[in-house]
Amino acid sequence: MRTMEFAEAIESALKQAMSENPDIFLLGEDLHTLRVNLLAQFGKERVQSTPISESAFLGAGVSAAMAGLRPIVEIMLVDFIGVAADALLNHAAKVHAFSGGKWSVPLVVRASCGGGYGDGGQHEQSLWGWLAHIPGINVVVPSNPADAGNLLLSAIEADHPVIYLEHKLLADYWLDYMGTGGRENVTFDIPEAGAKGEVPNKWQPLPIGEAKILREGSDLTMISLGVSVHRCIEAAAILTNEDISTEIIDLRWVSPLDTSCIINSVSKTHRVIVVDEDYLRFGLSGEIAAIVAEEINSKFQFGRVCTDFTIPFNRNLEDNILPNVNRILDVARAFTYE
Amino acid sequence: MIFMKERTLLKLYELMYRSRFMEETITRLWNDGHIYGEMHLGIGEEAIIAGVLSHLIPGDAIATDHRGTPPFVMRGVDLEALLLEILGHPKGLCLGMGGHMHLFSQELLLTSSGIVGSSGPSAVGFALAAKYRKTNNIAVAFFGEGSMNQGMLLESLNLAAAMSLPVLFVCKDNNWAITTQSSEVTGGVLLDRVRGFGIEAREIDGSDVTTVWQAVETAIPRMRKSTKSPYFIQANCTHNEGHFLGDPLLRFHRAPRKEFGAVTGPLMKSVLQYKGGRIDKRIRSVTKVLSLIAKSRMQLSDSKDPLLRFEKDNRDLEDQFTQIKSSIQSETNLLVERIMGIIQEEGVL
Repeated sequence: MRTMEFAEAIESALKQAMSENPDIFLLGEDLHTLRVNLLAQFGKERVQSTPISESAFLGAGVSAAMAGLRPIVEIMLVDFIGVAADALLNHAAKVHAFSGGKWSVPLVVRASCGGGYGDGGQHEQSLWGWLAHIPGINVVVPSNPADAGNLLLSAIEADHPVIYLEHKLLADYWLDYMGTGGRENVTFDIPEAGAKGEVPNKWQPLPIGEAKILREGSDLTMISLGVSVHRCIEAAAILTNEDISTEIIDLRWVSPLDTSCIINSVSKTHRVIVVDEDYLRFGLSGEIAAIVAEEINSKFQFGRVCTDFTIPFNRNLEDNILPNVNRILDVARAFTYE
Repeated sequence: MIFMKERTLLKLYELMYRSRFMEETITRLWNDGHIYGEMHLGIGEEAIIAGVLSHLIPGDAIATDHRGTPPFVMRGVDLEALLLEILGHPKGLCLGMGGHMHLFSQELLLTSSGIVGSSGPSAVGFALAAKYRKTNNIAVAFFGEGSMNQGMLLESLNLAAAMSLPVLFVCKDNNWAITTQSSEVTGGVLLDRVRGFGIEAREIDGSDVTTVWQAVETAIPRMRKSTKSPYFIQANCTHNEGHFLGDPLLRFHRAPRKEFGAVTGPLMKSVLQYKGGRIDKRIRSVTKVLSLIAKSRMQLSDSKDPLLRFEKDNRDLEDQFTQIKSSIQSETNLLVERIMGIIQEEGVL
C-alpha cells in the first residue's frame, strides 16, 4: 500500500491505463496545463487540448469511441455539460440500443463537480441524478483516493458510456484553481479521509454498480456518495453517543444503483436517510425511496438531506443549502427508535 | 485622432477609472480573503466597455460574460449593492446569491453568466423583445474570443442576421482562453466567419477608448433604425491578471520559486517514466508547455493598458484626470469603509 491524494490517485490510475492501452486518449479544454504530467509522458496525440466547443468535442468523443478508441473526454465542470447535453442524451446513450446492441460506445466523460467553496450556482452543481436519469449511461462518484483510481479503471474498461465525477473539495488542484486561487487565507471543510488515503500498489477495476458498506450498524442506514459520505461518517460518530447505531453505504455508482445493498441494509435497520449533494426533487433520493418502497414489505422511516435550491454564492447560505452534519443529525433525531 | 469634445473625453475617463478602481479594490478584498471562490476581472477591458456603453440609451440591454463588474459599474448600478454582492452579502444587488459571475439588474436590463458564449443567445433575445415591441433599443453581447468556438454563439450570430435583430456583438480578444492560446485552437479568421453570416464586422484596437467610441458611434445609430441589423466588433485587449486572480500560468512569473518547486518534480518524473510516448515527443510536449509559460508573461505588460494609454494620449487633461481619480478614490474608499463596517458589525457575511 502507498498513500496518495485524490487527484494524484486519478492521475496515477490514468498513467497505468494509458501505459497498458494505446487506444486511450484524453480530449478536453486546457489539458496541456491540467494534465501536464500525462502530456509529458504520453505526448500530445494522447493528451489533446480543444477549443471551448463542448458540444463538438463531446460529440466527437462519442464517435471516436464507436470507431474503437477509448476516449476520455473532459468537461471541465459538470455544470458545463448542459452545453453538450445532446451528445450524451441522444447519442452516447442511444447508439447501443439503436444498433440492436451491436455497436457500443466505450466513452468516459470526466468532469469535476460539487460545491462548498464559494463559486456560485453555475459552477458547483452535482447533477449526477440528472445524468443517471438517462438509460444507457453509468455515473460514478468516488469518495476517496483508493476508489478514485480503481473506479476510473472500471469506467475505462466498461464497454458503454460512463460519466466519472470528481468532487472539487477532494481534488486539490481544482480547489486551488477555483477556490483559493493560491491564497492561504481562505479555508474549506475538506474531509481528510476523502482527500488523502491509502491506495493499492497496482490499480484494479472494481465491479460496476457495487456500493461499499463503510460502517455497519443496526438502527439507521445512511446512503450517500462523494463528499457527503464523509459528512455521514461525522454524523454517525455523534449518533453513537446517543445510542443510535448507524450503517453507512457509499453508493459509489449512481447508475447502476446497488439496489440489493440498499435493500439488505434497510431490511435490517428500517430507517433510511439519503444524503445527496445533488438536487432534492426527482433525483437519487426519490429513486432510493421508490426502490425501498417497492422491495421492502415492512414499515420503514425515510428522510433525506439534499440540495433544494440554486446554490447561493454567500458561504453561509451555501453551507446550509448543501448537506451538512447538523442537517443529517436533525433528520436522524426526528426518527422514532424503540 | 479625430476631434472629440473634452466633456466626452473626461466622461470616458471617469467611467474607465471608476471601474478600474473598483476592481483594484475587489482585488485587495479578494487577496485579504473576504471573497471566496474565483475572481475574474475586467481590468484591461475598460476602454471597450466604456466606448460602447457611452452610446447606449435607457432600455438598451447588456448581456455580459463572467467579467461583469465593469459593465455593471459603468451602467450605473448602485455601487454599494454591487460591492456587497461581490462580497456575497445578503444585502447585495442579488441578495448574495450570485456573486461576481452571476450579477443581474432587471431595471437596467443587465445580465451576466459563467457559461462561455451564453451572452450571444441572451443578447439576441433582448434584441428580439426590443424589435417585437417596436422600440429603438438595441442589445449588446460582451464575450471573449474563446467563445467564438462555442456553438451557441455562432448560432446567435446567424439568428441575429437571419432575423435582422439589433445586436451589437462585442468580442473582447486577448488571445487567451484560460491557459490556451486561442489562435492555437481556432480555424480561419474570426472576422471572415462573422462576415460569412452576412454581418458587418471590423477589428479595432480595444486598448484605445476613442477608437472604440468612434467605431460604435456610427454603427449603433444605424442599428436603431428600421433596418435593425446586427454589428460585430473584435476589440483587442490584455488581462494583466490572466484568466482570473491567481492565474496558474502567471504564478510562474510572480512566484517562480514556489510554482516551479511544485511542478518540476511530477513533471520530470512523468517525462522519465519507462512506459509512455517516444522520447522526442515527450521532450516536444514539455518544451511546448515551457514556451506557453514564457508566452503568458506578455499578459503582464502595461503596454496595452487602456487607462495609461488614454492618459498618455491626453496629457493636456492631466489636471482633470488627477481630480477625477482622487474623487473616485475617496468615494470608493468611503464606500468600502462603510461596507466593511457593516460586515464587521454583523460578525460574518
